[in-house]
Amino acid sequence: MVTTLLDARRARYIAEQVPDPELPMLTLADLGVLRGVELTEDGAVVASLTPTYSGCPAMAEMRADVAARLREAGYARVEIRTVLDPPWTSDWITPAGRRKLAEHGIASPGPAPRGGGPVPLVLSPTRHAVTCPRCGSADTEETSRFAATSCKALWRCRACREPFEYVKEI
Amino acid sequence: MSDDHVYMTLAEGHEDDTRWAYGTGFEDPLHGVDTTVPEGVDATELASLCVALADDALVSAQRLAEWITRAPELEEEVALANIGLDLLGQARLLYSRAGQVDGTGRDEDAYAYFRDADDFRNVRLAELPGGDFAFTVVRLLVLSSWRLAHFERLASHPDPVLAAIAAKGVKELSYHRQYAAEWAVRLGDGTDESYRRMRKALEQAAPYVGELFTAYDVRDEVVAVLKQVTEAAGLPMPVYRPLPGSGRDGEHTEHLAPLLAELQGVARAHPEATW
Repeated sequence: MVTTLLDARRARYIAEQVPDPELPMLTLADLGVLRGVELTEDGAVVASLTPTYSGCPAMAEMRADVAARLREAGYARVEIRTVLDPPWTSDWITPAGRRKLAEHGIASPGPAPRGGGPVPLVLSPTRHAVTCPRCGSADTEETSRFAATSCKALWRCRACREPFEYVKEI
Repeated sequence: MSDDHVYMTLAEGHEDDTRWAYGTGFEDPLHGVDTTVPEGVDATELASLCVALADDALVSAQRLAEWITRAPELEEEVALANIGLDLLGQARLLYSRAGQVDGTGRDEDAYAYFRDADDFRNVRLAELPGGDFAFTVVRLLVLSSWRLAHFERLASHPDPVLAAIAAKGVKELSYHRQYAAEWAVRLGDGTDESYRRMRKALEQAAPYVGELFTAYDVRDEVVAVLKQVTEAAGLPMPVYRPLPGSGRDGEHTEHLAPLLAELQGVARAHPEATW
């Protein structure tokens, strides 16, 4: 019994350490896409993943990476499940993940908008301030709401003149 | 190494989850999701709904992808490609769900690549040719507002898989609508030329808007959004004179078949190919 518990914790730890393919400074646990790791009664590992965006091309890569790492660690039978509900939110990026993003010049998302009820369309400029991850200035502006990956937007700092990426609230 | 050709070598060794390049080896996007259809849900109806919503997304994504290398600015190209990618992701999930519930067991590729124009159920607005940037903005504004309103309701659909796909899509579609709305205001309230093009784009889209409201009761929400945006943009609200027929019944314009020919060409020429 003790062995099983240790095994489950070890499996979880291994899965948690797998880097994200598109933001490799983050682990899947930092990003909040690893939704659970369990050992079944007959000894298989079941790891649950959720996509950040519906079209995220990294999902297949994440599934393969988690399965491969667990197999390398000696777990012969690994099953990866996709979880769609509840949908991923940028609120699930951990404090450690936010720190690592900042160290790599990527600004972290603010609180995600609350779900439930129709999403209002706001046309007046009500953009919240995003702090420059390089110089810390709040004098920043959005240059494009879309960037190299689905989860990021492009910003620039008016103080230090540097462009930077910003993980969107979702 | 059994073949000197680099691509042939790369195509070997598809055991387990190994793949030769990032993003290849696409597999079931609903892998490991509980596929049961709940009691009381009509499987045929559910499958038709999933296919229609997936067709809207796939055809829209293809039109958006046509902007790649042609958009007015790099930022807009990246934005349109990202929006297309979100829609493509929604289409993949919806096709996979349709294949699970309609009893055929078809995968996403069977729906996307091996059906003809008559079998597609997308609304006709999605398939109209790209036109200029103003038309792309108008079309995206109308379609994303409509899809968002629809997905907000589907998030409480009795089928948990469709409900989850919709709940996820709501977050993405909010960004799409925001992008289109801001551009609509900027162009409508911009130069004489951008205003003229926006008016023309609204007139071009108007005959195809009525079709959106035949099947689902989200008309009021969508009209409210269009009113809000056109007022802020100083543009007249378009007058809808619906054309007869509906893409939902498989009646399409002459523009869908060429779009599909480009989309499906490779998959049909090499039906068993893996890469």
